Amino acid sequence: MIPLNYYIFLATILFVIGVIGVLTRRNALIVFMSVEIMLNAVNVLFIAFSTYKNDPSGQVFVFFIMAVAAAEVAVGLAIIVMIYRNLRSIDTGVLNNLKW
Amino acid sequence: MAAQLFYFLTTLAIFSAAMVVFSRNPVNSVLYLIFMFFCLTGHYILLNAQFLAIVNIIVYAGAIMVLFLFVIMFLNLRKDTEPKQPPLMKFTALFSGGLLLLVMVAVLSKADMVESTDATFTSQIGLVENLGKVLYTQYLLPFELASILFLVAMVGAVMLGKRETGERHF
Repeated sequence: MIPLNYYIFLATILFVIGVIGVLTRRNALIVFMSVEIMLNAVNVLFIAFSTYKNDPSGQVFVFFIMAVAAAEVAVGLAIIVMIYRNLRSIDTGVLNNLKW
Repeated sequence: MAAQLFYFLTTLAIFSAAMVVFSRNPVNSVLYLIFMFFCLTGHYILLNAQFLAIVNIIVYAGAIMVLFLFVIMFLNLRKDTEPKQPPLMKFTALFSGGLLLLVMVAVLSKADMVESTDATFTSQIGLVENLGKVLYTQYLLPFELASILFLVAMVGAVMLGKRETGERHF
């Protein structure tokens, strides 16, 4: 079998790519997609551990993560559409009203 | 065979994840993201999680990505509308991301991992029957709460998406 370490490194790399995406991009949609990448990195980790420890709880948790991600995307995209309607842009740099 | 498939899927997944972040056009980003989801589905099948592999395709590649594409078409984004982040900020982000990767790899490479041998391995964990039993006994309450979460999300999305009087239209 493939060592568990390899899956952990895969998840880490995907997570870091997501973090870099959130930090470098200014398009709110891309930031959102980067968050999805991070969620999927965690899913890979959960499933790998669940398989290697013979415990189905991890896979049930992935199921819940997917449910929460779907709800999050629905609300988040509605917010992005509303921002675009009001500001005509989804640049995160424009949204600085709460900046100190 | 399994090892080669693992390396193949890993390379594709990391490449497409990087392309999501670095491609200029949002439509390309979404397509790369769909591709990444399919690669991860391959990983799930390799890990014997058949049910989640199918759910991953249906929920992520099916529902969520259609939502993303729909919003992109709705917003009518052009390629060069996104202003660039200042170079210092970009450098800092890449540096801190690399630092995070370094710390995680350094810590986890020394970690003592569970060993799975062929003797203790059960292939039935990821099947619907097994997962359903756990989901409807041990995790029944969170499962029901998830339905309330969906209701709230649905009402919230409709509320946010509704046009109000006196608002600017496009």
